[in-house]
Amino acid sequence: MTRSDTILQVEGLSKCFKEKWAVEDLTFSLPSGSILGLLGGNGAGKTTTLSMLLGLLEPSSGSIHLFGKNFVKNRHAVLGRMNFCSPYVDLPQRLTVEENLKVFAKLYGVKNAKSRISRLITDFRLHELMKQPIRRLSSGQKTRVSLAKALINKPDFLLLDEPTASLSPDVAKWIREQLLEYREQTGATILFASHDMREVELLCDQVLLMSHGRLIEKGSPLELIKKHEKESLEDVFLSLNENGGGQ
Amino acid sequence: MNVSSLSRISALLLRYFFLLRSSWPRLLEIAYWPTVQMIIWGFTSLHFSSASPELTAGGILISAVLVWDSLFRSHISYTLSFLEEMWSRNLANLFVSPLRSWELLLSLSAISMIRTLIGMVPAALLAIPFFGVSVFELGLPLLGFFLNLVFTGWAISQAVTGILLRYGLGAESLTWMLPFLLAPFSCIYYPLETLPGWMQTVAQFLSTTYVFEGMRALILRGEWLPNLLWHAFFLNGIYFIVGLSVFCLALKSARKRGLLLQSGE
Repeated sequence: MTRSDTILQVEGLSKCFKEKWAVEDLTFSLPSGSILGLLGGNGAGKTTTLSMLLGLLEPSSGSIHLFGKNFVKNRHAVLGRMNFCSPYVDLPQRLTVEENLKVFAKLYGVKNAKSRISRLITDFRLHELMKQPIRRLSSGQKTRVSLAKALINKPDFLLLDEPTASLSPDVAKWIREQLLEYREQTGATILFASHDMREVELLCDQVLLMSHGRLIEKGSPLELIKKHEKESLEDVFLSLNENGGGQ
Repeated sequence: MNVSSLSRISALLLRYFFLLRSSWPRLLEIAYWPTVQMIIWGFTSLHFSSASPELTAGGILISAVLVWDSLFRSHISYTLSFLEEMWSRNLANLFVSPLRSWELLLSLSAISMIRTLIGMVPAALLAIPFFGVSVFELGLPLLGFFLNLVFTGWAISQAVTGILLRYGLGAESLTWMLPFLLAPFSCIYYPLETLPGWMQTVAQFLSTTYVFEGMRALILRGEWLPNLLWHAFFLNGIYFIVGLSVFCLALKSARKRGLLLQSGE
């Protein structure tokens, strides 16, 4: 697969909960090796979109094609090439970091699991935490372990839901560097949901701005800043929201 | 079953092994309740043996307690393993992995069987020196009784895990309630004729009734009635299909309503 191949094709994706549209008519594609930021305030539809892309939520209408396959019909065929990390999901609390990584390596059928785990321990500086149960870790440490779990199977497509939320700026910066390094090394595609505009600006090649379940703008951070004649992505977002968020 | 499926199932077994290894109260609890039950009913049986020997002939009370507990243990072990995933908010990690639903259910069944045996075998062995009762003397039919009750336990568990998926931890109490709902109709300690008419009608639709009727016939009269066992297996087949259907429908509904990402109360 070349870098310009489309890894994800979403067309007319919608989700309705009891007559309320959480996501409405979302269409976008994602080239292989890119980092896409899914931006929006609370209730914009980011987590709903991610849930549909992970197969945790059934779309009301529309289609998702991942690695050229219809995701709804071939979910299990592609899930092994994906992984994710979300603050809404924890790892088994009583298990140690090492035990968790061993379990998930087996779950994803990772070959040479020992060396893969060893590599992740180094990359995410987990040496001293290996024998610690997850419940005893700080939130920053938990995030590092969750990201290590998310990379255990060397995913071609990584979905991250606010991975740096509640982290100190230095740890958040370090996490961003790790993600960029992973992308450089593997050519993986990353979809990144966040409401941290600065972070998205630093990390993402492309941005989808969502408001009230709708896509209101898309493009590279620089393009959007230029187009709206603003100084930052945050200003773009605020101005679009003030103008009704595409409603 | 291919190598990948085996790897995923063994991953879950490893996860539950690590969990038990990390928590001695969980490990102790597995063997604790069956042993306590056996001791209480053992002494009750001793007390009755002088006053009403027919009530305790052949160690029927202790055997009934132990065999009934295999249903309760298999159900609780299955459902608690699933609840562990909900309590630790790990369910979404499983559902976004390549793990298939049937692999999850098979893993839960396997861990349930292991936990049930860890709980039941020591209690059954202790009953021999304590009260001179060995359920193992029932021979091969014991395996039939045991498997039937374990299958009933799993069928209930499949439905309960489905309901937990759909309604969250608010439905947790069903885990404990459902087996006890069956108990009065199952004729564990008394023959079917003891029940009033309408309860007998209900009891005839329960696999457990046939297991205990069969066990009583074997212990009290030395009569082996395989028909009762096959009847129980047949009913369990139906329960199994119903339990599986409830699970599949609930999973579909949970996926539709977005309940898999945040599975709590």
